[in-house]
Amino acid sequence: MDELNALFGGFAVALSAYHILLMVIGITLGVVIGVLPGLGGANGVAILLPLTFTMPPTSAIILLTSIYWGALFGGAITSILFNIPGEPWSVATTFDGHPMAQNGKADEALVGAFTASFVGAIFAVCLITFLAPVVAKFALKFGPAEFFAVQFLTFASFIGMGRGSPFKTIASMCLGFALASVGLDGVTGTLRMTFGQDELLNGFKFLVAVIGLFGIGEILCSMEDGLKFNGAAAKLRMDAVIRTWKQLPRMWLTFLRSCIVGCWMGITPGGATPASFMGYGIAKRLSKRGDNFGKGELEGVVAPETAAHAAGTAALLPMLTLGIPGSPTAAVLLGGLLIWGLQPGPLLFVEQKDFVWGLIASMYLGNVVGLIMVLTCVPFFAAILRVPFSIIAPAIVFVCAIGAFTVNNAMFDVWMMLVFGVLGYLFNKLRYPLPPLVLALVLGDQAESSFRQAMLVSQGNVGVFWSNWLCGGIMTLGLVMAFWPALQALRAKLSSNHAVARAA
Amino acid sequence: MIRTGVSKTRTIAVALAASAGLTLPALAQQKWEPSKPVTLVIPAGTGGGADQMARFIQGVVQKHNLMKQPLIVINKAGGAGAEGFLEMKASANDPHKITITLSNLFTTPLGTGSPFNWKDMKPVAMLALDQFVLWTNSEKPYKTTKDYVDAVKAGDDRSFKMGGTGSKQEDQIVTAAIEQQTGGKKFTYVPYAGGGQVAVQLVGNHVDSTVNNPIEAVGQWRAGQLRPLCIFDGQRSTYTAKVTEKEAWSDIPTCKESGLPVEYQMLRGIFTTKNTKPEQVAFYVDLLKKVMATPDWKEFMEKGAFNQTFMTGPDFEKWLTNAEALHSDLMKNAGFLATQ
Repeated sequence: MDELNALFGGFAVALSAYHILLMVIGITLGVVIGVLPGLGGANGVAILLPLTFTMPPTSAIILLTSIYWGALFGGAITSILFNIPGEPWSVATTFDGHPMAQNGKADEALVGAFTASFVGAIFAVCLITFLAPVVAKFALKFGPAEFFAVQFLTFASFIGMGRGSPFKTIASMCLGFALASVGLDGVTGTLRMTFGQDELLNGFKFLVAVIGLFGIGEILCSMEDGLKFNGAAAKLRMDAVIRTWKQLPRMWLTFLRSCIVGCWMGITPGGATPASFMGYGIAKRLSKRGDNFGKGELEGVVAPETAAHAAGTAALLPMLTLGIPGSPTAAVLLGGLLIWGLQPGPLLFVEQKDFVWGLIASMYLGNVVGLIMVLTCVPFFAAILRVPFSIIAPAIVFVCAIGAFTVNNAMFDVWMMLVFGVLGYLFNKLRYPLPPLVLALVLGDQAESSFRQAMLVSQGNVGVFWSNWLCGGIMTLGLVMAFWPALQALRAKLSSNHAVARAA
Repeated sequence: MIRTGVSKTRTIAVALAASAGLTLPALAQQKWEPSKPVTLVIPAGTGGGADQMARFIQGVVQKHNLMKQPLIVINKAGGAGAEGFLEMKASANDPHKITITLSNLFTTPLGTGSPFNWKDMKPVAMLALDQFVLWTNSEKPYKTTKDYVDAVKAGDDRSFKMGGTGSKQEDQIVTAAIEQQTGGKKFTYVPYAGGGQVAVQLVGNHVDSTVNNPIEAVGQWRAGQLRPLCIFDGQRSTYTAKVTEKEAWSDIPTCKESGLPVEYQMLRGIFTTKNTKPEQVAFYVDLLKKVMATPDWKEFMEKGAFNQTFMTGPDFEKWLTNAEALHSDLMKNAGFLATQ
């Protein structure tokens, strides 16, 4: 009950008019940052960080975390409306969110995404409130082998998601791995595949690729289809919230699964992006409506959004208790803590009670304020689709170019974005799936370094991945997931053989 | 192994006196001020030590209104910082760009063959030197540096794991220097992405020791999870305030006095572009002195147990020349050079 008392103390700190105002400002800024591709939450927080040095630490972190919540909410908007993920963790939201918009259900997709984000975040905050010390200890068990096991599980839960040929999925994924390996090799400290070009030192950044593949690729496809957005003609109705909420209760199992996946990935720290992919992959595999995923299924929006927001929130836990950031944004916030004179680490919960519980209370309040704000705006967001294509398409290309430029402040990335746009168009025409490429690009180098670190530690013994129950369990689960489609096909074949045998 | 050449006891106070009383009259005549926003390039990723310091400087400049034009901070971390340094090299005629350095100023061109050198930029000032400390998990029986070094000597080759940030950079260089003192026994060096992660991997017993910077591991030290064995500096730290219940930074023995004669510190300095004029450099020196005079900066220095050595002009250039030669030697001995 100590936690509850402390939490109410925290609410007393966070519930002042000044702090609520900071939340509203922060969330508004965050939504804008989330909508603009490239200008991610990490950049947004970093830009505003120096402004907060004159504030007391609690107010400062309330403002900055509100930007973070806003960015998590906002990333979904462009994914659904234009197939452009504003943030890396909203890529999975495009898979079903954009088809829903094309079917004229943009408002339902938005409400579903926002509500799912909220549920995920609140679940993670509850976890932080009551289980912080226990969970922090668990995160310490993660060495290189365990990290690789988690990344392997992410890839495995994704295999077989593509509708078309599995070979096309593998080809797409391998291209992603190849692109991910350009730049500095973290394990040997040497440059790879840069061919002496300074522009390639940075490698291919995930955001540039995603903005091009999805955003520009989508615009090229729309141009071919007749210069308009599908679904734009849908009537605007003001009851979207109620209409969508009626559909949500039956998805409780998906919510729960995604919450757990998200918290797990946030703490370990895999981050919000792999969490969203894994949430989507698992829901597709296990949901009754899994076959409809990719065609515009509300559950396909809910699953990744819940996981991403749960992970994004849970990522703050290792930051506070261990001093390791669970996400790039958390890394910047961590720098902020130090500047405000707070030392993140095991003693923060003991020494800075007011700050920590004020922050946790503001997580509850910030998400409530955020949900109310974004839900009120749903009709406005959905109405954007009614703007004529010839006006909005150039605007989108313009914003995409700024976004691509912002990632590294390099003009080269804008050209890369256009190249990726053409690639995205070709992939679309030739029916190669894009998600495996994107997943390999975002997780490829992390998985590679974890694998090689584990190999260094074990001196080349692959058995290290089954050296303890945690790591071995995740790896085994990953293998089952990877071969699940094959196993299912085998079982189907066997049972039909049985049937044939019996008939004969 | 890197000597600073200036007494460690010289502190902010001296720098302050210099800025207050000794401002050169010649410079005062021709004052230059930035006519557009100044960009501070960080040749490292967000959240690391250089990033924290750069954003801190930005915050102090803004809070105390030290410059009329805004200071903009951008990260250019590609190729172990080569991206940022190459940009500085390419904008040799733009005096509105400054950069903050870490050891990759020396290690990246040597280790990756990227075509730049500190002489492609104009040195402004050394702000401080970042310390390195040998840490082990406090559950382990090694109470002193000698205990640990003896255990490494007695163990199998490569059976002890040293965690560190990056590859062929400062942490691995320190590790290679320690290996010269362990009777031919090497460590298995495991490179991670960031210092915070390295400290946590040590708490979780995934590695046996680290050479984390003080600020990266102080939280775990205070919580009794990590134990500092020795500091890689010529003298003990000057910070005597208690950090844990019993110990202060000054209680950590130097590695040299513990029988491990290795010294290494990392430069935290500011550079501007190559063709910047003296009065423009003087503006930045003056700005940094103002930053360093704030109480915020003092607190920041103490929190990270930085060695507060301030240097400008020829002193700083001499230090850089020596440091470059030392890195070249260290990396050559360890086999980290790109051409090998």
